[in-house]
Amino acid sequence: MLRSLHKIPGLLAAVFLIVLTLSGAALSVLPAYDRVTMPAVQDSLSVGVLAERIVAQFPNVEQISRAPSGLITAYYYEGDRPAAVVIDAATGEAVMPYEQAALSRWLTNLHRAFLLEDSGRIAAAVLAGVMLVMSVSGILLVLRRVGGWRNWFARLRGPFVGRLHVGIARWSVPALLLSAVTALFMFANTFEFLPQDAASPVLPDTVSQQIGFPVVAMPLLTETPVSALRDLTFPYADDATDVFTLQTDTGEGYIDQGTGATLAWAEDGPWQRLFEFVYMLHTGQGLWWLVLALGVAALGGSVLAVTGTLQWARAYWSQPRLRGNVRAGQAETILLVGSEGGTTWGFAATLHQALTQAGQAVHCAGMNRFDPAAYRSAKRVIVLAATYGEGTAPAAATGFIGKLQASQVLSAPMAVLGFGDRQFPAFCGFAVDVSAAAKAKGWAELIPMDTVDRQSPQDFARWGRALGDAMGVQLELSHQPSPPHSHALVLVSRRDYGADMQVPTAILRFAVPKSSGFGKRFPRFRAGDLLGIVPEGSTLPRLYSLASGSKDGFIEICVRLHPGGLCSGRLMALQVGDHMQGFVRENPDFRPAKGAKPVILIGAGTGIGPLAGFARANQPGRAMHLYFGARNPTSDLLYGEEMQTWQAEGRLSSVTTAFSRTAARAYVQDALRGDTARLVQLLQDGAQVLVCGGREMAAGVKTALAEILAPHGLTPAMLKAEGRYAEDVY
Amino acid sequence: MKSLLAALAVTTALTLPGIAQARTVTFTTQLNNYGGNGAYLAFYVTDASGVYQGSLWMAGGKTKYYKHLSDWAQATGNDAGQVAGITGASVGSGRSLSVSLDLADALFDAGYQLHIDAAVEDMRDSPSEIVLPLTAAGAGIDKAGKRYIASFRYDM
Repeated sequence: MLRSLHKIPGLLAAVFLIVLTLSGAALSVLPAYDRVTMPAVQDSLSVGVLAERIVAQFPNVEQISRAPSGLITAYYYEGDRPAAVVIDAATGEAVMPYEQAALSRWLTNLHRAFLLEDSGRIAAAVLAGVMLVMSVSGILLVLRRVGGWRNWFARLRGPFVGRLHVGIARWSVPALLLSAVTALFMFANTFEFLPQDAASPVLPDTVSQQIGFPVVAMPLLTETPVSALRDLTFPYADDATDVFTLQTDTGEGYIDQGTGATLAWAEDGPWQRLFEFVYMLHTGQGLWWLVLALGVAALGGSVLAVTGTLQWARAYWSQPRLRGNVRAGQAETILLVGSEGGTTWGFAATLHQALTQAGQAVHCAGMNRFDPAAYRSAKRVIVLAATYGEGTAPAAATGFIGKLQASQVLSAPMAVLGFGDRQFPAFCGFAVDVSAAAKAKGWAELIPMDTVDRQSPQDFARWGRALGDAMGVQLELSHQPSPPHSHALVLVSRRDYGADMQVPTAILRFAVPKSSGFGKRFPRFRAGDLLGIVPEGSTLPRLYSLASGSKDGFIEICVRLHPGGLCSGRLMALQVGDHMQGFVRENPDFRPAKGAKPVILIGAGTGIGPLAGFARANQPGRAMHLYFGARNPTSDLLYGEEMQTWQAEGRLSSVTTAFSRTAARAYVQDALRGDTARLVQLLQDGAQVLVCGGREMAAGVKTALAEILAPHGLTPAMLKAEGRYAEDVY
Repeated sequence: MKSLLAALAVTTALTLPGIAQARTVTFTTQLNNYGGNGAYLAFYVTDASGVYQGSLWMAGGKTKYYKHLSDWAQATGNDAGQVAGITGASVGSGRSLSVSLDLADALFDAGYQLHIDAAVEDMRDSPSEIVLPLTAAGAGIDKAGKRYIASFRYDM
């Protein structure tokens, strides 16, 4: 519901919102430009003196205006052509022609009415309403995603476009809200939905009918400072019945051109003053920094329209088209999908197809359509559940647990597979909830709940085999969410380790493929990103953490030979000059944060790869401490030589090693426990922790750190929530 | 005086055709290219001594801006009721406005004057930009305004 409220009006209005926000951003630059270019004005100067100086230079001046930015312009006619100049208040002389007038008017009309009259204003007001709805629904969505106001500025995880969207939104939404509300107020005022002040100065029936009283001696002009001036309009030169009209920031009045006497004066009423205030908030007039802030937010609004549309397009195109979906009453297998961005549907389609090919009658539907009473032929229920943000249900599954708790338990057992991102603290949190709710309700378990990390085809295939075993069918699930474009990578060097420990390990270095002119360029990459290797005869890529970045000019990974491993076997068999197909996948959540805060690198085995890459790319001087576990210093201390060099260069502040196959029998977590005081100090100073290695090691490290931090009121989970604890595990 | 007011009432009743003492008059107003937003124009009649008699047409729909048609606002006490039912859209820079009205014969050659006030957003107000006597002989003759109106004429 909330998503639809955010998405549908946004998509419909995206193009128009871009026009509104871009024109608003362009308008925001003008006052700042005025401020930079305009001549200085003495505060004590009176309007009378200013007018006299201008009249001396421009005897036929018609109007003198002061913009809220302080820019003073004089309007006069040359023949029948209107002219406007920027005035230097000190001399009354023209500084330059006021050319902005036309541009600023055009932009204003584009911004408030799409260059149309009332119909355009109404359209713009509707869009302001859309922006209001989107800002509010957007705030609620962000709160749901990050888990409350406290985490409003928490580090974001997930795909780039989504991060960009939320990242910009949470900074710009206050300004966008302000702009939308004030725009609607101004619209209501223009269309007279708001009361107007009755008071306007009333001209007396007769004037002196004389002309020529000097402006500098007119009392009202003498007592009005230039800083309060809005407009001073001169009488027509040949019309003795006409008068001077003065508008200031507090009121309006008339002056007799023959006697200089004030004919009438009226202060602005409360509605006028309220309007002026709202107008100031919307345009930032007079507060050039506010204008620029609103302008930057407006620019952000344009980016939001683009990124929002991109997200929708991606989700839309990834929606699978199911073939041969059986009706709920006839299906043996019920497949329920709770997808947030649409990617889980892709996995569901693969599973649907594989099960159908295996002779099963499968019914596939969204989780919110869960209806056990209709599942008359069901032998099993399979739930594929993504998680939204910090552990909540995706929009398409919000009602599932409620329905589950309220409905009859079937004899058919249930299998739950969670889709999520291990970088989030509540990894697959919703799937865990579903599994627990089903268990509590009394549903039998077909196979234990499992998870798929970051759309891993490998995780999915592994789970598929377990499902197949439980069902007594052969299930080979091969789902590649978006088949990556791979390049031929040529091995340029290899360094071998660990052979004597029966753990053959190698640092493999490939050349960065050159752009051939045609075809896709090899993308830029950084240490910590992932290199996907597609072994021949398989469609499932294996992912390796990169130990180098584009700047290094080579592609480096650490590989350990796994007995029976298809991919590691091929890689370890590569000789210099051989090649493999590979592609890069971004992994933005696993890299040192920007800034100068210390970094703690913890790894074991081939997990040293990305950590070595971080050290190699580190600016000398930024504190970076490495804790590294291996078997034996003479056998598998990967990057042993470089570590010394990097320390000498200041890229690594310290290296602490732990060896498990020496007399010490120490693991990396033991090294951490032996260095408690320094770790606590570093973490209290805001250090970031990056852990890479096997799953067991990562769990051991987390336990060790939890013990170390407990007396200081910190936990790894708290660090993770702040984006200061990231793992890359395999 | 009473009969005069009655005559003006006829002039403002645009939708009443076939009144014996009325004739169809077309006002054509060509605006200068003054390079601003659309102009508000008020067309109204005074007697020879300048006393307001009634309004004929208002180009511009938002009553909050009527105060900038300052002579008209002065004469009517800024009463939007004076132009109820005889209001059209504002006129863009360089554009022209043509309005056909059924005016009472009694308005012509009787010393009445037609006034046009003009106002443009963020530009100077131009009250009584055009003032001309309503005479049968004056029909079809162009008159230039002071600021925004390039030419105005009425045809009968």
